[in-house]
Amino acid sequence: MAYLELDRVGKQFGAQTVVDDFTLAVRKGEFISFLGPSGCGKTTTLQMIAGFLDLSRGAIRLEERDLARVHPAKRGLGIVFQSYALFPHMTAAENVAFGLEMRRLPRGERAERVRAALTMVGLSGYEERYPRRMSGGQQQRVALARALVIRPSVLLLDEPLSNLDAKLREGMQIELRQIQRTLGTTTILVTHDQNEAMSLSDRIVVMNQGRIEQVGTPQETYERPASAFVSQFLGKTNDFAAAIDRSASPARLVAGSWSAPAPAGATGVVTISIRPERIGFGDAGLAAKIVTRIFQGNHWLFQCESECGSAIVIRQNDGQPQPVEGDAVHLVWRADDMVLRTGGAT
Amino acid sequence: MSAVTDTAALSPSATSDRRGVRAPWALAAPALMLFVGVLVIPLAMTVMLSFHDWGQYKGIEPVFILKNWREIAADPYYLEMFGRTLRIALLTTLITAVLGAPEAYILNRMRGPWKSFFLLVILGPLLISVVARTLGWALLFGGNNGLVNKLLMSSGLIGAPLRFMFTETGMVVALAHVMMPFMVLSVWAALQRLDPQIENAALSLGAGPLTIIRRIVVPQIMPGVLSGAIIVFSLSASAFATPAIIGGRRLKVAATLAYDEFLNTLNWPLGAAVAILLLVALALIVVGSNALIERRYAEVFR
Repeated sequence: MAYLELDRVGKQFGAQTVVDDFTLAVRKGEFISFLGPSGCGKTTTLQMIAGFLDLSRGAIRLEERDLARVHPAKRGLGIVFQSYALFPHMTAAENVAFGLEMRRLPRGERAERVRAALTMVGLSGYEERYPRRMSGGQQQRVALARALVIRPSVLLLDEPLSNLDAKLREGMQIELRQIQRTLGTTTILVTHDQNEAMSLSDRIVVMNQGRIEQVGTPQETYERPASAFVSQFLGKTNDFAAAIDRSASPARLVAGSWSAPAPAGATGVVTISIRPERIGFGDAGLAAKIVTRIFQGNHWLFQCESECGSAIVIRQNDGQPQPVEGDAVHLVWRADDMVLRTGGAT
Repeated sequence: MSAVTDTAALSPSATSDRRGVRAPWALAAPALMLFVGVLVIPLAMTVMLSFHDWGQYKGIEPVFILKNWREIAADPYYLEMFGRTLRIALLTTLITAVLGAPEAYILNRMRGPWKSFFLLVILGPLLISVVARTLGWALLFGGNNGLVNKLLMSSGLIGAPLRFMFTETGMVVALAHVMMPFMVLSVWAALQRLDPQIENAALSLGAGPLTIIRRIVVPQIMPGVLSGAIIVFSLSASAFATPAIIGGRRLKVAATLAYDEFLNTLNWPLGAAVAILLLVALALIVVGSNALIERRYAEVFR
């Protein structure tokens, strides 16, 4: 049973289609990420759910109720903005209390819930601080507390972590996930950061140019990308042009000097897509030469020039000797680890 | 670049040290001379002048007496004059704030060609001489058959024609028009600092449009309104052309009074005393309210 349902939603700005045919069913308590490059329509979709933008086509339903008929102020959604949009003339506690005030909660209960919300985000003791006197991370927490204190039916996060430095961002990601798990609030996160989307969400909606490319769990989208765009946007990937050789029996899939039994049904020119960490060095396989070798602590990053174009290989730093720059190597991988797409490499 | 800095740091010679002290003064000298020459000296002379004696036949006598100041303090005529100046300036400030702040807010929410068009409409008056603008108002007011009265009467707002010429009402209306751009610009600047998402944030928390304006927008543009008010107040309290044309000889304010003392009565010392009093009063009000505003908003707006 879908809790929040987007049904063929579209948004048009003049002649430009920003979001097209967006259909998604969100279950209660689910953490969904809209992932895509800037301008892919993810924020526009979020703003349509929030009610800041009208839909050009389609419908959004929350618990079977058409949201088009609900005023944005009455939707009861919690939103954390990229700029936080805190009220600078109010203290942290006043900021958090604002939504409760609008709901005409009695003063006592209001104070109680504000205190609980600020404690939850680790800001007890900061009640009387003004936003300008807080760090970016603290402002972010106030914004989160302000959105959660109204017990929203859906929590919408618009690139909430993009203004924080890397270390703080990682900490906030873990905290955000814990808070969301504890409260069980249905959450939609808009982000362009694939790591953020993967570490936080139950399902990822990969978007490109206003359209959904793939919906799936982080693992699915990473390991079984539905399109070249998804495989390239989610992490690094190697695309090799390959061909089906029907002269052999049974037919073989051939890329340079690498070959494997062809999967059933594949014909003509195909593209093999393999993640860099799934490629190993072997005695026979795709012939390549190591161009650069970069040490990154827990792993090695190799850039190779292979028969089928440049390739990236990541090897765990497991103490085994690794090839050095200039070495001639053979790239091998398991058939299970590659994704096959018909058509040439993009 | 770094080599130059290094050399300078390693050999701090006595000459360069002395030059370091002198250089700011030398650089500031032209501006300082202008400031002293055209502001401080004339002002000091005016202050001196206000203590000089004056007679119908003897003219100005360079002595030190308190006659002019005593006259201003004792004669209720001057109290009335300064009271009127203050009243007009306050009313003008109030009207520009009440009309100008919403005007700036609406203007800020407009888009495309309309925004620039209306901005031009609002700022346009600044391009026209204040005398021409005020004479325009005089034409519109023009006695009982003026355009403004005809409009107000035909719309049923008033039964009998209002008197605008030579009244404080007329002065306030004309001054408010003249001063409006300053208020709009000041509020406009404050609106630019507003987070564009802040109204959406309040909306999502359940606030209606009026609550958003009252609780979120107004408190944040208040510093802009107040600084605009300071500009408008000090400009209208010292305004000359508008009160002179609309108020005429009959209805004087501090500025026109000082002018008349200087150029009609030729009692320069008394005129100087009036001018100095206006300056001091304005300076006190502006500095005082500025300090108040800064203390009130120090915590929120840095």
